Amino acid sequence: MAAHLSSGRVNLNILREAARKELRVFLDKCAGSKAIVWDEYLTGPFGLIAQYSLLKEHEVEKMFTLKSGRVPPADVKNVIFFVRPRLELMDIIVDNVFRSVGTLHSSRDFHILFVPRRSLLCEQRLKEQGVLGSFVNIEEYILDLIPCDSDLLSMEYESAFRECYLENDQTSLYHTAKGLINLQALYGTIPQIYGKGECARHVANMMLRMKREFAGSQNQILPVFDSLLLLDRNVDLLTPLATQLTYEGLIDEIYGITNGYVKLPPEKFAEKKQGEGSKDLLTERKKLQLNSAEELYAEIRDKNFNAVGAALSKKAKIISAAFEERHNAKTVVEIKQFVSQLPHMQAARSSLANHTSIAELIKEITTSEAFFDNLTVEQEFMTGIDTDKVNTYIEDRIAQKEKLTKILRLMCMQSVCNNGLKQKVLDYYKREIFQAYGYEHMLTLNNLEKMGLFKPQTSSRNNYPTIRKTLKLWMEDANEQNPNDISYVYSGYAPLSIRLTQLLARPGWRSIEEVLKMLPGPHFEERQQLPGGLHKKRHQGENRTTLVFFLGGVTYAEIAALRFLSQMEDGGMEYVIATTKLINGTSWIGSLMDHPASKAP
Amino acid sequence: MTFITANWNPLGDAFYRKTELYDMCWDLKDALRDCLVAAAPYGGPIALLRKPLRCSPSSRPQLEIYSASGFAITSFPWKSGPLVHLGWTITDELLCIQEDGSVLIYDLFGSFKRHFSMGQEVVQNHVLEAKVFHSPFGTGVAIISGSSHFTLATNVDELKLRRLPEVPGLQGKPLCWAVLVQDRQIKVLLSSGPELYILDDTSCSEVHPPWLSPQAGSIIHMSVSFSYKYLALFTDTGHLTFYSQNKLSEIDTKRSTAPEQMVWCRRPNSQQPSVVLLWDRLLMVAGVCNDTIQFPIEDQCVLVGEMDGVRILSTRSHELLQEVPLVCQDIFKIASMAPGALLLEAHREYEKSSQKADEYLRELKEQSMLEEAVKQCVGAARYEYDPQTQKSLLRAASFGKCFLADFSADPFVETCRELRVLNAVRVSSVGLPLTYPQYPRIFKHLTLQVLTDRLVYRQLYPLAIKVCHYLKIPDYHGVSRVLRHWASCKVQQKDLSDEAIAKAVCAKVGDSPGFSYSHIAAKAYECGRAELAIKLLDFEARSGEQVPLLLKMKRSHLALSKAVESGDTDLVYMVVTHLKNEMNRGDFFMTLRNQPVALSLYKQFCKLQEQETLKDLYNQDDDHQELANYYVAASYREKRMDIRLSLLQSAVDEYNKAKNDFAAKATEDEMRLLRFQRKLDEDKATELLGLSLQATMEALLALGFHKQAEQLYRDFKVPEKRYWWLKLKSLAKKEEWEELEKFSKTKKSPIGYLPFVEVCMKRNNKYEAKKYVSRVMPEQKVRAHLAISDLEGAADAAIERRNESEIGIVLSRCAASDHLLIERLNRARTSTVKK
Repeated sequence: MAAHLSSGRVNLNILREAARKELRVFLDKCAGSKAIVWDEYLTGPFGLIAQYSLLKEHEVEKMFTLKSGRVPPADVKNVIFFVRPRLELMDIIVDNVFRSVGTLHSSRDFHILFVPRRSLLCEQRLKEQGVLGSFVNIEEYILDLIPCDSDLLSMEYESAFRECYLENDQTSLYHTAKGLINLQALYGTIPQIYGKGECARHVANMMLRMKREFAGSQNQILPVFDSLLLLDRNVDLLTPLATQLTYEGLIDEIYGITNGYVKLPPEKFAEKKQGEGSKDLLTERKKLQLNSAEELYAEIRDKNFNAVGAALSKKAKIISAAFEERHNAKTVVEIKQFVSQLPHMQAARSSLANHTSIAELIKEITTSEAFFDNLTVEQEFMTGIDTDKVNTYIEDRIAQKEKLTKILRLMCMQSVCNNGLKQKVLDYYKREIFQAYGYEHMLTLNNLEKMGLFKPQTSSRNNYPTIRKTLKLWMEDANEQNPNDISYVYSGYAPLSIRLTQLLARPGWRSIEEVLKMLPGPHFEERQQLPGGLHKKRHQGENRTTLVFFLGGVTYAEIAALRFLSQMEDGGMEYVIATTKLINGTSWIGSLMDHPASKAP
Repeated sequence: MTFITANWNPLGDAFYRKTELYDMCWDLKDALRDCLVAAAPYGGPIALLRKPLRCSPSSRPQLEIYSASGFAITSFPWKSGPLVHLGWTITDELLCIQEDGSVLIYDLFGSFKRHFSMGQEVVQNHVLEAKVFHSPFGTGVAIISGSSHFTLATNVDELKLRRLPEVPGLQGKPLCWAVLVQDRQIKVLLSSGPELYILDDTSCSEVHPPWLSPQAGSIIHMSVSFSYKYLALFTDTGHLTFYSQNKLSEIDTKRSTAPEQMVWCRRPNSQQPSVVLLWDRLLMVAGVCNDTIQFPIEDQCVLVGEMDGVRILSTRSHELLQEVPLVCQDIFKIASMAPGALLLEAHREYEKSSQKADEYLRELKEQSMLEEAVKQCVGAARYEYDPQTQKSLLRAASFGKCFLADFSADPFVETCRELRVLNAVRVSSVGLPLTYPQYPRIFKHLTLQVLTDRLVYRQLYPLAIKVCHYLKIPDYHGVSRVLRHWASCKVQQKDLSDEAIAKAVCAKVGDSPGFSYSHIAAKAYECGRAELAIKLLDFEARSGEQVPLLLKMKRSHLALSKAVESGDTDLVYMVVTHLKNEMNRGDFFMTLRNQPVALSLYKQFCKLQEQETLKDLYNQDDDHQELANYYVAASYREKRMDIRLSLLQSAVDEYNKAKNDFAAKATEDEMRLLRFQRKLDEDKATELLGLSLQATMEALLALGFHKQAEQLYRDFKVPEKRYWWLKLKSLAKKEEWEELEKFSKTKKSPIGYLPFVEVCMKRNNKYEAKKYVSRVMPEQKVRAHLAISDLEGAADAAIERRNESEIGIVLSRCAASDHLLIERLNRARTSTVKK
């Protein structure tokens, strides 16, 4: 199921296997048949670790979603709650437990599995409510870094950025540090740690501290990673705001990829299923898994969308040529050989059909005037044109009642590219939002201001042009078809975060000290002592491996840019990417908004 | 050593031998009779409960603990309730199961550790019988109560009682029973008369062993092997039946009384497994092969099952009965010609400086059996208990090894090292008679530390440390653990001062990796030595470890700063909630103020759980901005309008105090809008409340309240552009084309006239749309013409503007039939490019 995880430079399947083993051990602790009650948020991430078959092997017979009321009847010995350590979830569990008292199934055993960590606060809540004693097992399942693809790890911790920068709650960083320590236990101590940003510094400090605490349990594994780069999202606020222009990036921007799956409008896919009740098919969105296990997808996902069409038609030719082969197959041996390749070819053909459909869907949008206009404004901001006055396009879009997240994305982008906006401009925009979308967004705007995304200009100097020029963030002649620079992922804009990563590998950050000082937070370098004998003997021409950890989220376009760097022939560096959450501008801004008008906090 | 086979007894085609482990140094006289005995497997300690000497009601039985070699470790009078059973855990703790179902746990030195109960029901009904068993889950206890109910505790360290289902028709205790581990589940097998039942957590099922001959009678004794894979049943007709998955064989012992003890005797890869039965004066080894060996015995004995044999304890001696391993048979069997035997002989001759050595060696080499011979000698050495025999075998192996070109010495070296450790712990003063097969079992498969732990439990610290060093166990698992145990003993020494102990511990431990000072500090605190605990805590590197203890010791401030330092937010929360309960509100807030991280975490908590407290916190900090935001958020949670407005008024006041004029003004606007909406809703029965300003105006326009919309537009200083858009769209939606035209002429449109064209087209009204095309600004002309599908017009506009990209756009919209137009456009394009 997860062969693709081991295909990369670093075998991430080891991590997955370790996580699966943990899960089995826990399930076996609860002897007998089981029902799992899921905190719905966890089902996605868990899907990347274990399918239902594994649970079934361990006598899990029923699965429910956690909600108030009674746990649905099921003839099982154990009821296990898989939950995040959150107080509001504890209240639901309490309700569940109370309501099962005195029912037919009151002899059932209850268990809780906290993911990723148990919390005293939650246990205390259970105790206050008088149900703590009802649980036979209360354990934690340490699931920090979840392997999403052969070179990608995510904590799927949605609120990390908000918590760190808005609420001064560094829980996510603690989990990050713990996750990295666990990672090192499997893949060896990472000898060098680089970082930029407050959070990066904090994580590195915690890592070093934890290592001291466990001093003596010397890790005897040959290090797989040569270095770790910790990057704060707030060092580069601009990149996630821009519309991603890679294939995968656009799928995410338009349809949203969650835990490796995308749900697509069914119309384009319906016709291929013949004979089935086509009406039902039309109503349900088509769910597709997207990862490097699919050969074609691995090939095109990181391309600029403008290069995808050509790649698809080339692939189509190859596949139809392969099918044509059957006419040349004369002897029995040849026919047998052809037949043996059929499943693979058919898979390739259906994959091609899927992606052709997706590409058509996306093309309808990218060729629209609205998309073009939006992109033009984004590019104007990024190149520093007219960032200091009220933008008419934004005004227009507000008048047209464009989605608020989209408006905020553009406004924040303008503010970031101008290093803050003049008070007059800022107030004008704010008033526009209040009047058109409601005064309740006062709190959201307040949040964005606190996080430096949408703020008043404090100094008269705008650093952004300097940073842009020094780091070559804008490339006039970005080659979308055969890229020679990372700027292809945004058709001109080279993501700042990735530029920093690239420059760290060569020629090193010393060359850009001045710019680094303009970006928020400290930059640093730490070494971790390796036990003797574990120093890698490097072969001639062997690439080094860096783990790049984005604290606060990373976009698919940034990942594409790093993959591009990994593939550069003279790069000498390969990257594995880790993050608190895979984001895009919309989901990111969405996570920073407050909705006082709706009930749920 | 010449007569190494002297104690071998044939059983089928294998041999059994009894090796003397120790001459017991205890002085028990007849005491093994009529007393409770428990001996732990893996050569563990022995516990005895001796009946009082005089039978007066005031006299107490004596509980005595001995090492496997009979060294008295401790002895004390038993003052608690009557005991039913004694047993040992895998960590050398003594379980004393009382009649009333309570289980008392003592350590090796007889100090009480803790206790638990096997359930309320047993208190009245009493325990009839109890068994202690070992499984992959740990050490467990099983009991049967007077009401014939079985209760299980799978692991005494993680106590969970399981009451097993009722056995139909069972009165009192069954004839015999045993605990088994099957499919990761603990089950009980029991015999009640002719029936055999198996009990698991949920069901009781009768087993009809088709393999049990009907005339065999009732089962009166049963034995499960160490590995839980073999079973032996003894019936009242004297038949003994062996099973693994299926029946293996059956033997008639010709004895109808139940044996006192019946224990499986087998080893991994056993040739001839057997069951050892003990009667009053007879020890019988009954092999699966139907053969038996009988040993007459004079003394009272106790059998202890091991994974590779059976130990026989008596008042005088301690013996190991086991099947002779194949490799030892090969070497030592009389007249054996096995390669190992030849090599051993060769070496013997060599030591005598005899040339025969060469002959033997040649023979081995010619048949290329030398390597095999070396392996055999190394292998056999592992199984021999006597160091002299080990030595001669290893010497022979070492001798043979010299004549082999590429032979890996690792197994040889490893064996020497391991045997050295084994011999060291086997000596009588230590008394751990571990065999080689047991050694990897406890040492490698379970965990690395078990052997050292066992030494540590016996307080043999120097030996334990030596073993750790000798085996190169990483400090973390080895020496540190030993030191930890040592230190926790040390802090309990009452005759030493705090200072002296802290010094001694620190001197010995230093910063040994993995050593937990807080663990020791906790121990010290338990013993009532708080000062010592604090001294020790200072050495602790892990704040996560310090915090709980500091809290316990009421050093809250220190605990809070340590928690913050660790970065573990859960730990911070723990301290914060602790402080909250402990301090008055004022002190609590002050304490938090000094710890910003803790404060913001607490605010987070309040946001979700205690909104009111949040307000107090902001108030205390004079944080007007946040306080204002708080009121804003609160206003949305409130349904009643007057309260809502008063909350917003509070927000305005706070924004003013925070000198945030803009936000104050915006909030005032919000209140104005709310009031406006409320009024209109009341007067005109509209449903405006809660809409944004824009939506309100939109609704007003849609309802035809143009005047009110106009009023809002002016009062709220809505930008002209946006209002024009709004009006434009509203009119188009209602298809009031005349109004639209009138509106377009009120003044010069701030949004240009392209939107007019577009809204008309959206309603498919080309006629109206055309009216506005001429008024569109030049740079949007092309778009306007295209919008109404007027290619000619678009082409004219583009050519007039000489704009290459616009020409391109028009071209892309042309159909192939428009060749005249295409030509014109192409011409124009070339001329533009030229210029």
